Amino acid sequence: MASINLNTVVKRYGKTEVVHGINLDIAHNEFVVLVGPSGCGKSTTLRMIAGLEDISGGEIRIGDVLVNDLPPRKRNISMVFQNYALYPHMSVRENLGFGLKIAKRPPDEIVRRVDEAADILGLTELMERTPAELSGGQRQRVAMGRAIVRQPGAFLFDEPLSNLDAKLRVQMRTEIKKLHQKVKTTVVYVTHDQVEAMTLADRIVVMKDGHIEQVGTPMEVFNHPVNTFVASFIGSPPMNLVPARIAGGEVVLADDTRLPVPGRLAGRVTDGQEVILGIRPDDMTPVGHGIHDSGEGAMLSLPVELAELLGTETLIYTRLAGQEAQGKMFDPRDVEPGEVLEFRVALDKVHLFDAGTGRSVRLD
Amino acid sequence: MSGALKKRLSKIATWIATFLLMIVMGVPGLWVVLSAFRPNREIMAKPAIWIPENPTFSNFAAIFGFGDAQVAIPVLSYFTNSMIIASTSTVIALMIGMSGGYAFARFRFRFKNSLFLGLMLSRAVPGIALSLPVFMIWSKLGLIDAKLGMIIVYVALNVPFTIWLIDGFFRQIPKEMNEAAQVDGCTRWQAFWRIEFPLARSGIAAAGVFAFLTSWNEYALASQLTRSTDSKTLPVGLMDFTAQFTIDWAGMCAMAVIIIVPALILTFLVQKHLIAGLTFGGVKG
Repeated sequence: MASINLNTVVKRYGKTEVVHGINLDIAHNEFVVLVGPSGCGKSTTLRMIAGLEDISGGEIRIGDVLVNDLPPRKRNISMVFQNYALYPHMSVRENLGFGLKIAKRPPDEIVRRVDEAADILGLTELMERTPAELSGGQRQRVAMGRAIVRQPGAFLFDEPLSNLDAKLRVQMRTEIKKLHQKVKTTVVYVTHDQVEAMTLADRIVVMKDGHIEQVGTPMEVFNHPVNTFVASFIGSPPMNLVPARIAGGEVVLADDTRLPVPGRLAGRVTDGQEVILGIRPDDMTPVGHGIHDSGEGAMLSLPVELAELLGTETLIYTRLAGQEAQGKMFDPRDVEPGEVLEFRVALDKVHLFDAGTGRSVRLD
Repeated sequence: MSGALKKRLSKIATWIATFLLMIVMGVPGLWVVLSAFRPNREIMAKPAIWIPENPTFSNFAAIFGFGDAQVAIPVLSYFTNSMIIASTSTVIALMIGMSGGYAFARFRFRFKNSLFLGLMLSRAVPGIALSLPVFMIWSKLGLIDAKLGMIIVYVALNVPFTIWLIDGFFRQIPKEMNEAAQVDGCTRWQAFWRIEFPLARSGIAAAGVFAFLTSWNEYALASQLTRSTDSKTLPVGLMDFTAQFTIDWAGMCAMAVIIIVPALILTFLVQKHLIAGLTFGGVKG
């Protein structure tokens, strides 16, 4: 059990700085997901916590111990790697028990703890096999087993599911969630998949170019993105972002389409301000096919360019002020390309960002 | 022609080609072995006699000094010299090769690529071209006709190759293996010996066999740098069978067999370690 604190942590390779002084406090038993596009520094940050990368500046504490100069073995952490990194010349049992053996635990304790972990992860039948004889999902479970056997203060996961096929990924995601509920421990989890981040995290850390953009619960990050980057990165399909200008209490789009400024943001914008209007596809729905049909709303007539039936909903590709945009039709009926639909925009869910800084106007 | 027949024919053709190739490669060796077990007269016979008509061990007896020896050869000293020189130089070349190979595979350092290229280029120089300078330096250092002198030469000869081969094997092992071991509680040193070394074992064994055989079979440099039973190796010893006007082919062949056998035994012993693909399965394929 351990909290993890990052204080203005910097990583430089030669002269190139890739992580720019990030601050992050991770509480006891919290499940924190670092998410961002590739090259955003999330894996580097995780590896600095693990001690596999030197820290070029700042401080990292694990459970109140300054670990900057401690080797990985002294940090009381365990890690699951993207490619599992199982020891190919050892059986599953030996893989699981390796850490305990190195720590010179008594043999009967090793057997007991290995069996316990195998039981939790359903590996009991596979103990004498070598990694080569396991399927992808099983290897993944062994890698997790190797991490939990040692009962460390924190688990670090480095994109653990990205090598699995889609179905298995969803299944293992659930298993990781269950595992965390069973084995209460601090978890730092790195992924580029925002769905994984949303489903697993207690708190999400959105990173970009070596900076933390936003930290918050999945709900906060989804409902109140601080800037256009977070808004477009979290949520699938991504939020529609359309340049606009504020004029006379209205949001005016490039083609002179006008929407009222939402009531809750009225005091936050000034006339003439260049903004970016953000509407999630879920909040732009044909009349009668929405889920937020009450509350503040505005109507838009938009042509259908393409409709994708997803089952319980249809994704509608359209054009808003000359720009590609997507809406959603819940409880769908058949729609034809070219058909003009009356969309209702849920104004109480709409976002406005300053066009210059990209920051949500809610924050200014 | 049906597909199955075509497949069968191409398989047969492959076997015939393989067989022909093996004959080309194997016949000289076979001739040496056959000749080791028959008298000189039969070896020189025209037309050639293939199957020994009077098989005999007298050639072996002769070089160990029994029976009617034409030339008495101190074969035991040569054998001991060869063993000591080849094993010691192999062990040293492997130790250097492992450290060097690991460093090239895992670490970033200045001039890494040029250093590696330099090592490889050193292989391009034929050993015999260095024999004169080595001879001159060795004679100043008193290393002529000394086992140590030969060991140093063979280590130098083998190190570039062992580094190159072992580097390749370490490169195949994902560095996450080492990192996982470090997170699991190992020091770098432990991670190397418990995880990376066992995984690269087949490559290290292969490098060892090659280094040993190179030293064991080397003739050109050894013939320049050795003089007496103090340091003469088996291949150099072979030349003891040539007198001013005669060559004792039978004795030479018998000795050649004595040289070949340990090399064969070693190769067989290490063979099972030479199977590659041990790293499969530890990481996603």
